[in-house]
Amino acid sequence: MDGPDEQFDEMHGPAGSVREAYTDYEQWYSQQDAHFLNRKHKDAEHSFRRTGITFNVYGEEAAEERLIPFDMVPRIITAAEWRRLTRGIEQRVRALNAFMYDLYHRQEIVRSGRLPQRLLQQNDAWLPNMVGFTPPGGVYTHIVGIDLVRTGPDEFYVLEDNARTPSGVSYMLENRETMMQMFPELFMQVGVEPVSNYPRRLATSLAACAPKMTEGRPTVAVLTPGIYNSAYYEHAFLADQMGAELVEGSDLRVIDGRVAMRTTRGYEAVDVIYRRVDDEFLDPLTFNPDSVLGVPGIMDVYRSGGITIANAPGTGVADDKAIYSFMPDIVEFYTGEKPLLPNVETWRCADEEDCKYVLDNLADLVVKEVHGSGGYGMLIGPTATKKEIEEFRKKLQENPHGYIAQPTLSLSTCPIFTDAGLAPRHVDLRPFVLVSPDTVDITPGGLTRVALEEGSLVVNSSQGGGTKDTWVLKD
Amino acid sequence: MLGRTANGIFWMFRYLERSENMARLLEAGLRMALTRDIVSSEDEWRSVIAAAGQRQAFEAQHATYTGVQAWNFILRDKANPMSILSMFELVRTNARLARNAISGELWEAINDNWMQISDLLAKPVGQSDVAEAVTVIKRAGTLAHGAMVGSMLRDHAYHFARAGTMVERADAIVRILDIKYYLLLPALSYVGSSLDTSQWDQVLRSVSGDRAYRSLNAGQIDARGIVEFLVLDDRFPRSLAFCHSALREELAALARLHGGEGQANRMMREADIRLSNQSIEDIFDKGLHEFLLDFSATNAAIGQAISNDYRFLA
Repeated sequence: MDGPDEQFDEMHGPAGSVREAYTDYEQWYSQQDAHFLNRKHKDAEHSFRRTGITFNVYGEEAAEERLIPFDMVPRIITAAEWRRLTRGIEQRVRALNAFMYDLYHRQEIVRSGRLPQRLLQQNDAWLPNMVGFTPPGGVYTHIVGIDLVRTGPDEFYVLEDNARTPSGVSYMLENRETMMQMFPELFMQVGVEPVSNYPRRLATSLAACAPKMTEGRPTVAVLTPGIYNSAYYEHAFLADQMGAELVEGSDLRVIDGRVAMRTTRGYEAVDVIYRRVDDEFLDPLTFNPDSVLGVPGIMDVYRSGGITIANAPGTGVADDKAIYSFMPDIVEFYTGEKPLLPNVETWRCADEEDCKYVLDNLADLVVKEVHGSGGYGMLIGPTATKKEIEEFRKKLQENPHGYIAQPTLSLSTCPIFTDAGLAPRHVDLRPFVLVSPDTVDITPGGLTRVALEEGSLVVNSSQGGGTKDTWVLKD
Repeated sequence: MLGRTANGIFWMFRYLERSENMARLLEAGLRMALTRDIVSSEDEWRSVIAAAGQRQAFEAQHATYTGVQAWNFILRDKANPMSILSMFELVRTNARLARNAISGELWEAINDNWMQISDLLAKPVGQSDVAEAVTVIKRAGTLAHGAMVGSMLRDHAYHFARAGTMVERADAIVRILDIKYYLLLPALSYVGSSLDTSQWDQVLRSVSGDRAYRSLNAGQIDARGIVEFLVLDDRFPRSLAFCHSALREELAALARLHGGEGQANRMMREADIRLSNQSIEDIFDKGLHEFLLDFSATNAAIGQAISNDYRFLA
């Protein structure tokens, strides 16, 4: 058994033993020669460049495209572990969807006193336009990416619920493609659940949420902000894989109560929009009037049942970290069950007592902005300088409502391939979940993000993190 | 297919063709310069820059013409919006824009070549590397067309790609013929006389037509024959007649896919009748320059009509 302070490694147990998930892999790995692996390591980067799997970093030159570093040692999960995880994920996602419905209808959870009203008032993602409206099929969060971290054999925690627009699924797919190209024999030796059907599952799931007035097979389109968006590659990739159109705001307009796209033969109605554009840019008539990314009038069409927008506008409420801290109550409130997947312990700086504790222990905690994402604007106490801590203290004292704090978790590590052989680095895991009126569908696998610097806990790709192929073993 | 995507594919292939034509022009110039002394090689580079339509931009920067300046200007100069490097970037940008309408093989051919070309042209290109650069650029076009022919559905995207290629190619042939016209045929009386054969050779080389022409004419070269070959011989893929007949087929295919003809189809038919009713004598009688002006205007108008018919822009 691992002691409580012991760092959990996905591959190696105490005294260098190999964990069950990695038995077959290790057997293969031990037979490879270092030269061969080194060559493959270099091939991988070239293969990603060729395919064009790049992302643009905000704030840098528009033309600059970067690769997310790929590490070729897979992150492996056993079938039994995955079953436990999926039960917890499904429970959480069902609760999230019920929570969204309730927030925009009777707000029972607020009435019952389980959730403070102010969390909605202060939440930028809250959309009054959604009140009293039910999206087609009652689905709010069509695509969810739940971020999980692990600290021990059975200790998985939810770090974030990405209910707005989770990205990274193209890496899950391309990482697997790359691995199968590089090491075909490995996949003959180890039974790995496939992920390649994700685009088909996504297309099916989105089509199942089409509005009632759809005629024939639903027309699905992916709405992208355009080629300079950091995730454009993914938008194009998913549209291509689903056989859907890839549209920009300028391709769409409202005609006769429907949203229509400008095709070479004229305007044609769209039934489902998988939008990768934020709420505030979606409709200049309703939200940000300067937006050129959206479609004037789309919210009216939406409210009259003429189109499905995935994810539904206003779901970003759940991405707020103050709301996150209530998720255990939220899960219990809507499912009547104890949460199967725990939250990371969270102090809400909005509470006086919590805030005092956080201020007293800044050097040991991770402090995050409630509306922040992407690893920006946060303080990692143990690695911060005194000066950084003092500066952060001031910001926190000025606006305690804007922050939450969590303990510095000792995230599990997984080996990466380096010139000197395998070396452990911290990882997290983002499985992708599809929600349709009847089903919650979780693709066996996900995106494993890895901090490439030794000891670093920051896995975000915008800050130098990399990715790994994620395997769920067959039974 | 979205109008914007069709526009992306159309222009992706126009820029691809343009960069390829520019590379051929450069190749022809390089060859000529090798056979000249320093002074006349200056004339040669002036004529290459002129044929590339970049004379003004070049002279804004350089007082004299040297080979190194000329080919770097054409290949990679930031001040030249029509440099091969900028054009290939446009090829790739348009390919990204139309990413979900083109095959993975075509996309990878473009992306792969873009990486190679931007590497090759990252630094000024010296005497010993320029031929290699030209080869890579020409091969980029060959690979992209090969990937398209071998992997793409004969659907909207394919026909827009071919249409863009043909509109651009016709434009390039007109330009090279028009610019060389005065050198080739300073006066009508020169027809048939022995002019500087290397000038003609350059024209043929800049459309990769030297071998084809020689094989058809038993190695003999004459001005009228070259013009006839490049304007009216529809067997040669870089002749005006070939481009227009291919363009007509692509537009007919698009009309079938869209269940009806547009303005572009009608204009194409008229242009076709005009071209097929002319002999090379008619063209010379009326004036080659006037013929080329007229052809170029029609070609541009058809390009515009395609854009309107298929709603390229909002």
